[in-house]
Amino acid sequence: MPGFAVKAERDQQVKDRVSVAFGEKITAIEQERDLVCISVKKEALHELLKSLRDEHGFHFLTTCCGMHFPGEAQEFGLVYHLHNMRAGHRIRVKCRTTANDLEFRTATDLWPTANWMERETWDFFGIKFKGHPDLRRILNMEDFPAFPLRKDYPLEDPTRKDKDDRFFGR
Amino acid sequence: MSQQTPIDFWSKDLVEGRDLRELNTLNLGPTHPATHGIFQNVLTMDGEIILDAKQTIGYIHRAFEKIAERRPFYQITTLTDRMNYCSAPINNMGWHTTVEKLLNIELPQRVQYMRVIIMELSRISDHIICNTIIGQDVGATTPFLYVYQWRERIYEVYEEICGGRLTTNMGRIGGWERNWSDLAWARIKAIVKDLPAALKEFDDLLLRNRIFMDRTIGCGPIGAERALEYGFTGPNLRAAGVDYDVRVADPYCGYEEFDFVIPIGTNGDTYDRFTVRQEEMRQSLSIIRQAMEKVEKLSDKTTFRGDVPEWVLPPKEGVYNNMEELIWHFKVVMGEIDVPVGEVYHCVEGGNGELGFYLVSDGGRAPFRLHLRRPCFIYYQAFPEMIKGGMLSDAIITMSSMNVIAGELDA
Repeated sequence: MPGFAVKAERDQQVKDRVSVAFGEKITAIEQERDLVCISVKKEALHELLKSLRDEHGFHFLTTCCGMHFPGEAQEFGLVYHLHNMRAGHRIRVKCRTTANDLEFRTATDLWPTANWMERETWDFFGIKFKGHPDLRRILNMEDFPAFPLRKDYPLEDPTRKDKDDRFFGR
Repeated sequence: MSQQTPIDFWSKDLVEGRDLRELNTLNLGPTHPATHGIFQNVLTMDGEIILDAKQTIGYIHRAFEKIAERRPFYQITTLTDRMNYCSAPINNMGWHTTVEKLLNIELPQRVQYMRVIIMELSRISDHIICNTIIGQDVGATTPFLYVYQWRERIYEVYEEICGGRLTTNMGRIGGWERNWSDLAWARIKAIVKDLPAALKEFDDLLLRNRIFMDRTIGCGPIGAERALEYGFTGPNLRAAGVDYDVRVADPYCGYEEFDFVIPIGTNGDTYDRFTVRQEEMRQSLSIIRQAMEKVEKLSDKTTFRGDVPEWVLPPKEGVYNNMEELIWHFKVVMGEIDVPVGEVYHCVEGGNGELGFYLVSDGGRAPFRLHLRRPCFIYYQAFPEMIKGGMLSDAIITMSSMNVIAGELDA
């Protein structure tokens, strides 16, 4: 594990190089606890991932998952966690989009492992991936009528009146 | 036989322009006794040789990520049990450490060492299951019947610590629910003393066994580069020759204080995966031994949790007799505790790879979003590539050696 100073230096390096290379296309670079988080505009997402993989050594795709923020203009989001195993360095990449424009470019050409992660994101959030080799539902059944991890999909059976989510959890 | 004959599987037997091969479609699963779980693979076969596999998963999907959005933090522990149920305590500890990372809680050393002990015990039980099942699938029933006793001994430790055996709900956010009894320590001591001899016997049965070697060497191989591209982690990645282990790369629970070796393989085949797990069990035993020494050296013999009263239920005598403690109890149960807003990604070395939790908190009593990085969901997609060109029986042992757990796969 790199020491704290080394890690901060590496984080700073990535921040500097990415903000110079991408400029306007980066919407924010934040330090979220131990990880640097780069928020990027949708059109530059694939380019950023490719550059992080090839130029910054983040060769390993740890996760890719969807997000839903109901009520916000940029309602849907994608979060990638990348890992540079040689340097022991992780990074988070975020990308937001509106509900009318739910198609991202696939990352399966960069990492074959993105295949199922993107299928899972499609299955649960209805986010499409352009160029994905086989974008089908993966955990839910084929003819499932909804995208269940969207916040507007109720956890309990919506016809039941005896259980009110307000009193249990969220 | 795993030694592949030099047939070119991909060229068609063309006679006067017609493909004379008779391809069969074979449904392996969903409930096949040899797949040890609910996995469906639709195989396209040319005789005994697999040309292609189409996977269907999700038969036991339970929407943990959705349920987690409606549950207070401490109730999510029970969801994590049901992912990799062969090593449930690792999942539990992984979840606790994730929440502690969000809350910025530092725990006393004794608590950390106890966590290390229980995580390594569950790693051993996980590897026992996987390796004995490889034996079972190649026809060696003996380990499955005899080494399994040790899994039972480990489950007795769980039982003594938390009352559960398979789905443990062990520990709490901020430490343990109670101090371990003397019996629990005695049981762990007995395991550490006796298990090496049993592992030696297990090795003697299979490791240099001609039949076992012929059957597993070169079966279901994957190279290091391909394994990384496919997101392999854990023993499967190490068998392919990459020494990545979360315990060393991103230490948690004080793993940086322990001295252990990360075993790696060379070919990434079934035999390597088997041997890597065998060695890992020995390393885990050594870690447990070191942790027990460290616990004994500590002057403090009673601390079993950090100073986080807002996350731990007060003692029952107080709850029944005092108003303050009753209120405190209710606040804990209803999840009425302030949680910082923020995002954390935390991972632990699970039984079969990097088990990650991406937790987004908006300050509410339940996570805003919890994404679970289940290692076998990610690496199981490489299965068709690993079995192509092999025999059906090789596909079976490749699957069992990959340690794919249906509960974790489908979450």
